[in-house]
Amino acid sequence: MAEALLDVRKLRIEATVYPPDQPPHDIVIVDDISFTLEKGKVLGLIGESGAGKSTIGLAALAYGRGGVRITGGEVMLDGVDILKLGLSGIRSIRGARVAYVAQSAAAAFNPARRLGDQVTEAAVRHGVMGRSEAMQRARGLFDVLGLPDADHFGERYPHQVSGGQLQRAMTAMALCPRPDLIVFDEPTTALDVTTQIDVLAAIKRAIEETQVGALYITHDLAVVAQVSDDIMVLRHGKMVEYGPARQIIETPQEDYTRRLVSVRQALKEEAADQSQAVLTVEHVDAAYGNAVQVLFDVSIHVPPAQTLAVVGESGSGKSTLARVVTGLLPPSAGRITFDGRDLPPRLADRSKDDLRELQMIYQMADVAMNPRQTVRTIIGRPLQFYFGMRGKEKTRRVQELLDQIEMPKGFAERYPAELSGGQKQRVCIARALAAQPKLIICDEPTSALDPLVADGILKLLMRLQADTGVSYLFITHDIATVRAIADSIVVMYQGRIVRSGPKSKVLTPPYDDYTDLLLSSVPEMRIGWLEEVLRTRKMEAAGH
Amino acid sequence: MAEQAASEAPTRLSLAGRLFGVLRTVPPTALLGLFGICFFMFFAIFAPWVAPYGVFEIVGGVWQPASAEHWLGTDNLGRDLMSRLIWGARLTIFVALAATLLAFLIGVVLGFTAAVFGGWVDQVLSRGNDLLMAIPTLILALVILTVLPSDLYILILVIAVLEATRVFRISRAVAADIVVMDFVEAARLRGEGWGWIITREILPNALSPLIAEFGLRFAFAVLFLSALSFLGLGVQPPVADWGGMVRENKDGIIFGIGAALYPGAAIAALAVSVNLVVDWILNRTASLKGGRGDG
Repeated sequence: MAEALLDVRKLRIEATVYPPDQPPHDIVIVDDISFTLEKGKVLGLIGESGAGKSTIGLAALAYGRGGVRITGGEVMLDGVDILKLGLSGIRSIRGARVAYVAQSAAAAFNPARRLGDQVTEAAVRHGVMGRSEAMQRARGLFDVLGLPDADHFGERYPHQVSGGQLQRAMTAMALCPRPDLIVFDEPTTALDVTTQIDVLAAIKRAIEETQVGALYITHDLAVVAQVSDDIMVLRHGKMVEYGPARQIIETPQEDYTRRLVSVRQALKEEAADQSQAVLTVEHVDAAYGNAVQVLFDVSIHVPPAQTLAVVGESGSGKSTLARVVTGLLPPSAGRITFDGRDLPPRLADRSKDDLRELQMIYQMADVAMNPRQTVRTIIGRPLQFYFGMRGKEKTRRVQELLDQIEMPKGFAERYPAELSGGQKQRVCIARALAAQPKLIICDEPTSALDPLVADGILKLLMRLQADTGVSYLFITHDIATVRAIADSIVVMYQGRIVRSGPKSKVLTPPYDDYTDLLLSSVPEMRIGWLEEVLRTRKMEAAGH
Repeated sequence: MAEQAASEAPTRLSLAGRLFGVLRTVPPTALLGLFGICFFMFFAIFAPWVAPYGVFEIVGGVWQPASAEHWLGTDNLGRDLMSRLIWGARLTIFVALAATLLAFLIGVVLGFTAAVFGGWVDQVLSRGNDLLMAIPTLILALVILTVLPSDLYILILVIAVLEATRVFRISRAVAADIVVMDFVEAARLRGEGWGWIITREILPNALSPLIAEFGLRFAFAVLFLSALSFLGLGVQPPVADWGGMVRENKDGIIFGIGAALYPGAAIAALAVSVNLVVDWILNRTASLKGGRGDG
């Protein structure tokens, strides 16, 4: 076995928390984590939010975020414990020998300086190489990472390149000083699915060519399966499972890993009869401020008690479609029919029943609820507003709804801040349900959630549909979710519908070019998928 | 983990325990400010009982030095300075408080309305507000007060309207941040009227920065009232207020008599006390709208 580049032994990290109404106390956020990493290898750290994966990644730079203390264990880099180094020792390591790639490249670059200067800064400042040599290396890296016009790419400013390019530029920044180790902290999470795959491929190629060691942090097991040699599954700051990537993906030993691997499998059979419609949108055009047209001739129909999934990348107009249906953005042309009657285009012209029967669930549950209202008020308000319920009757109905969304007793008096992410989304669902709607517009309700929590929400939505016969207009960019829950699908691209129909038809070849790109970009949970896809794709992603 | 952690009910402390816990976290500067405010409020509320002499009562010679009977000496007409200072606190704080409350009523309602409705409503209100703010406050107040009869309630109204322009600005800005949140959109989609949206959705979330602003505006109102009184257009003699007292006694300074300094110091002390508390509130609400930095 080769000499280990990074050897972490019994790492323990603590933080002080300041909960309201309680005295401050210390909690352990990473406990007894050990692993080794050889040169040129990639270790994937995977887990849901709060698993401690980013904290472990930063510990490889001997760094703890505000209030976080590394209280035990060793982090050996080439046989030297970097936790015992002084400030200047650590400084000579950070950026030069261990580099960090953050999730948000847009926030990590200084918008006022050229990319080339920023990419070479660490190498020059650490005295690893001279400025012209660093520029030379940066150009080489831009080329390896597949950035356009590599010779002049460094002359651009951050706002002049796309998000996927910026993320690759940050990878170049990390690689420039010839580090031994790079920590990738969710580098593709904020990107669109078709862009993610290019960045993923670029990172993988760069790691292979430079023979750098890497820690790859993500919550997406399918992504980590493409780039990692080894995988460590984390939960609540403890190790769940650690082994070669193939073994973790194909023969997981622990129950938690098995659940992660099997997440989002089909929850629903496609409905056979899709001829009826509770909502139809016909030939709708829409524009913001009479200038920028966002929707072009969009027609959809949602059958009763079924789910229509609207799929597309950011900027495809899918959220705008939701705004048009809700009346927040009156369309400039076209017609909307709801439950057999014409729906007035403007929100102000709609009747109370129009409003009641058309409810909405948002992506960010924490800003969709007033932080100064209790769960009782949040769920109770529609009951009072639409049905005039008060007092005991309202209390009883609120409790019924809470039971329906599978919330434990005693949650009615809580504020949103006292709920977890999944619970917040459940309360939002209950609020929509309280109005007894015919249609709920779901705007990416699961994309901000951890996979297992998201799975729970999807299952709940499906059960509620079976119980109450509500229809969903489900907006998402996640094909896996669509596969699991949709009856019919609409694929949107640049404000137009490029493909629509029942799920079985839309997801079966022959595809149009865009649908092919979209479907092929969704990481699959098997080794070697990335290489296969790059060989067989028809269309290049827009961010390329 | 989060699911489990959140389902365990947090242990709650008793009210007294929580109050103590909060007080313990108050920085010493804010404690000093709180003490100062309580000190002045005490004299303002209990003036009739704690003032040793009447407010108009002439009890000795002109500008007598401090003595056992008159702790701070007497003023330019031979009235007990400390008594007038205490009565002055009552009037100064009453006028400033009333004006600030009124300013907030006007400013917050209009500011929230502008933010919620947007469009031409916002344009009309905001540009009108800009128009008022474009004229220097003191000069505008002097002009209006010279024309109108000198009456305490008109004085309060004028101060309130001028202060309301500043309140309008901040409440519109805070509300504009909240209005774009999904929960406000959810309320709109539910079909709620603007009364509900302003009072139930926006106001509770705008409270922290507004409370801080209230303290700040109150301090400004005290200063503004004092300035008007000093110029002779505020509270009219013989009624005592701090700014007026400075004017009455300012000639003594030429003769080395410091009677004007006491009301001056009182104005400064109250303004500083309020600011100390406001700074603490602003820092505490740093994570909310209107906060500024950690602390």
